Amino acid sequence: MFLCRSDLKIEGEFRNTFPFLLSLYLLHQWWCLMVKEPKSMKDLPITPLSSPTIASMGKTGSWRTFRPTIDITKCTRCLLCWIFCPEGCIGRREDDMPEINYEYCKGCGVCANECRLGAIRMEREVV
Amino acid sequence: MAQVIIDTGNHIAGFACRAARAQVVAAYPITPQSPVVEQVADLVEKGEMDAKYIRVESEHSAMAACIGAAVGGARAFTATSAHGLALMHEMLHWASASRLPIVMAVVNRAMGPPWNVWADFSDSLSQRDTGWIQFYCASNQEIFDTIIQAYKLCEDRRVFLPAMVCFEGYVLSHTSMPVKIPDQRDIDDFLPPYNPPWLLDVENPITHGSIVYPNWYMEFRYFMQEAMENAKKLIPEIDREYRRKFGFEYGGHVERYRCEDADIILLTMGTMGSEAKVAVDRLRKKGLKVGTARLRVFRPFPKEEIQDLARNVSMLTIVDRQISYGMEGPLFTEVKASLYEREQKPLAMGFIAGLGGRDVTFMDLEAMINLSLKRLKAGRVEKEVEWIGLRK
Repeated sequence: MFLCRSDLKIEGEFRNTFPFLLSLYLLHQWWCLMVKEPKSMKDLPITPLSSPTIASMGKTGSWRTFRPTIDITKCTRCLLCWIFCPEGCIGRREDDMPEINYEYCKGCGVCANECRLGAIRMEREVV
Repeated sequence: MAQVIIDTGNHIAGFACRAARAQVVAAYPITPQSPVVEQVADLVEKGEMDAKYIRVESEHSAMAACIGAAVGGARAFTATSAHGLALMHEMLHWASASRLPIVMAVVNRAMGPPWNVWADFSDSLSQRDTGWIQFYCASNQEIFDTIIQAYKLCEDRRVFLPAMVCFEGYVLSHTSMPVKIPDQRDIDDFLPPYNPPWLLDVENPITHGSIVYPNWYMEFRYFMQEAMENAKKLIPEIDREYRRKFGFEYGGHVERYRCEDADIILLTMGTMGSEAKVAVDRLRKKGLKVGTARLRVFRPFPKEEIQDLARNVSMLTIVDRQISYGMEGPLFTEVKASLYEREQKPLAMGFIAGLGGRDVTFMDLEAMINLSLKRLKAGRVEKEVEWIGLRK
């Protein structure tokens, strides 16, 4: 059986093919600009140097097996999860409430392990 | 104003560090290098030197701190010996492959066990393949001059590699000699402030030494080889420029003495080169056509210079103050490898001498030349490598 785009649930975002291809093209342009893949040896610096990019590996949220969820009734806004998240995927809202960015969170579980109150639960992703 | 001072090799290295205006010094004391560290700490403490002195808990950390300083755009200096250098090994690769122009004084000392704090080249020659430029000095004046020259060379955009300035423990490190220290303004003129092409800068962040997959790794290694080749061309140029400014010259890669019409050339490294001059003078008086050459730079290895040196010579006598176990002296190996592609090759004999600080006197060197002469008359070398002064 072949997967079609409707199976991948992207139909809602891309109503027809043209904007989909256009966005792929733009994404590719952005990628080349950010990552600057060298064409020849002359493009390289003499020692490896790289400038920061947002997620050079793409949206790593798709790697996730377990999804952290914050129980807002238990959370005391101590922000330990915000400090410990190794990927900087936990944001801090204006009221100091932590907020998980599911586009990039790989589900490593460090936040759940650090939370002293058990306010973060890791739940298996349902595909 | 230029001045002449009388001091030990270690203290002279400290003065050279000040004269080069090193901005960060991170070092850990080890015999026989400790007075370098003490001298620099003293100069910084008295306010005579505008540098940050970082006390560290090991040589590994000392080099790591120097790497951090150099990445941050500071001129970094450190010094070490034997086991300290061995402990630094991992960081030596980091420094050279990150292309950071750090200069390090290495006070040569034998590796243990048996525990020994005296001179031989087993420490620095073990670090041959780390990508560091290696200079070997024969006098306190040369230590001073080479440290200044090393910064000039390393900070050249065509090179950008770190350098070791090696000198033998006690033979130079604790021996006082007169040294001419040039005027600071002239040194500043010769050695302008370090101007790095990239910086560790919080305003403009970049990652240093990030992962490179097999598709681009080899290219970075090729860049280092290219830089070494560039350094090989620049060393004599810088040496000549230094002579024009300060009056001292060391012949670029190889310092030659009475080699013009010589039939036998004694090739040495370090302070044995000074002793060799005495031996050559004595043998010349007896009418023997001998000369001596002292290798000043071991990496990049001056292959072409060695080929030129061996052109009209029938015998090369090579002295190593180090043994590569299972082979021979490293200098002997490299010299022979340099001559392989030439059709006319002189005979060559290797000598192992002076390990663990045993004195190599002009008499030992004369004995080596006499033995080589005997082999030359016989027309062949039965035993390539001889140990000199080995007790029965």
